[in-house]
Amino acid sequence: MDSAPVRVSASRREAALLVVATGASSTIQDAGRPGFAHLGVPRSGALDRPAADFANRLVGNRRDAAVVESLLGGLTVRQTPDVDGVSGRAGRWVAVTGGRGPVTVVDGPAGRQVGYDEPVWLPAGAELRIGPLVAGLRCYLAVGGGIEVAPVLGSRATDSLSGIGPAPLRPGDTIRVGEVAGAPAPVDVPARRAATGLRLHPGPRPEWFATDALAELCRGLWTVQPDSDRVGLRLAGESVARRVGELASEPMVLGAVQIPPDGQPVVFLADHPTTGGYPVVGVVAEADLWQCAQARPGERISFRLDP
Amino acid sequence: MQVREYGPSALLVEVDSAGEAAALADWLRRVGERLRCEEIVPAARTVLLDGLRRAEDVARWRALLETWTPREDRPPGPLVELPTRYDGPDLERVAGLWRVTPAEVVARHTALEFVSAFCGFAPGFAYLTGLPPGWVVPRLAAPRPRVPAGSVGLADGFCGVYPSASPGGWLLLGRTEAVLWDLSSPEPALLAPGTRVRFVAVG
Repeated sequence: MDSAPVRVSASRREAALLVVATGASSTIQDAGRPGFAHLGVPRSGALDRPAADFANRLVGNRRDAAVVESLLGGLTVRQTPDVDGVSGRAGRWVAVTGGRGPVTVVDGPAGRQVGYDEPVWLPAGAELRIGPLVAGLRCYLAVGGGIEVAPVLGSRATDSLSGIGPAPLRPGDTIRVGEVAGAPAPVDVPARRAATGLRLHPGPRPEWFATDALAELCRGLWTVQPDSDRVGLRLAGESVARRVGELASEPMVLGAVQIPPDGQPVVFLADHPTTGGYPVVGVVAEADLWQCAQARPGERISFRLDP
Repeated sequence: MQVREYGPSALLVEVDSAGEAAALADWLRRVGERLRCEEIVPAARTVLLDGLRRAEDVARWRALLETWTPREDRPPGPLVELPTRYDGPDLERVAGLWRVTPAEVVARHTALEFVSAFCGFAPGFAYLTGLPPGWVVPRLAAPRPRVPAGSVGLADGFCGVYPSASPGGWLLLGRTEAVLWDLSSPEPALLAPGTRVRFVAVG
């Protein structure tokens, strides 16, 4: 998977974030690049879309601004000196959403704990440190103006399957930040979200499964496997019965619950391959996919039928 | 033709062949210009319409699909010739399966005109149709962990060229130096659906 790393080395006059630490994995994400599946290109984009959107709203960005998706936290960035064009102050508004972990702003010798799910002022020269996540799997960092690496096929998202898009962040990277578009939204309060189970729509090939396959899936106990990633949430539990054999390659959709020969479901996420040969028993409602982005290995997840 | 729901915002259309899927996808792109969707994706025997945000979008596409008459013809795409070195690890295996000599495998392969029916598996990986039914070969029982970029292979009635190194289970005839996927190009996929392909033996 070749992809030229798209790193912009910012001049000192431009706003930028210096990446100090990346934790397990930090990638740039946005709304993704739908529209190229017929060329074999996954849509990619932020795995927990509502959390990424919320982070952008909090700092006054447009919805399609790029953010940093941090797996398990551990991300530290430093704001280079720059003036926020809207407020006239040196620094940027930032916000951390999604998974939960300690967030600290370190400015000179002092560090202070700040909140998540709210705009935080990051002065020029200060560091934002996201500690290890204690809940959830992925958190999102938005900065006023948005991350401005060069888009590929119209998007700044890193596709872990094909390698398209910017390379994963490394310590020492300087990522350019755009012009501030708007003021932060401090009164925006997210709806409390609870992982209430993945609502399922029927898949396109019921004849490959038992007639009560969806009900069985909903009754079953499913454990998130450690090899889950941005391509798919891999679940272990009682085998889902299906016809032996393979389908001729057919197109796949986001949220498709694919049943491989071993009967263990895989829920397709943002970097899923565009075609596949295993039958799909159901499709997870798009509004519930964020739960797949936040479910930790070892946690249980359940399905329920969409009424 | 059968139209199946694929979740609330997608339709999966089943047809009889890769050729028909390609022709249908083409037709849907042309006549469906004013209808909304995010993706029109042909595959081996199906076409996906995805990103149908509203129930009325689903209804309109369904209505349009009812006017389709099954056919495989479509306007011919551009011809691409791929210079290929026929030194692949499975050349002899294919010769055995076809009961010919390796030289005859090369002669047969280079005599065919293939057409890119659909892409999948990786960006720019095109499934090429044009192999006569009697020459279909299976995949390897277990895929190779790494197939070099540019590898030309056969499997399940298709010919394919790997745009970049990846695991792969197709039977490899040789390699081409042509660039199959180029993000600096306005048309990044060299073998986008509809492209006609001929292989030319070199070296």
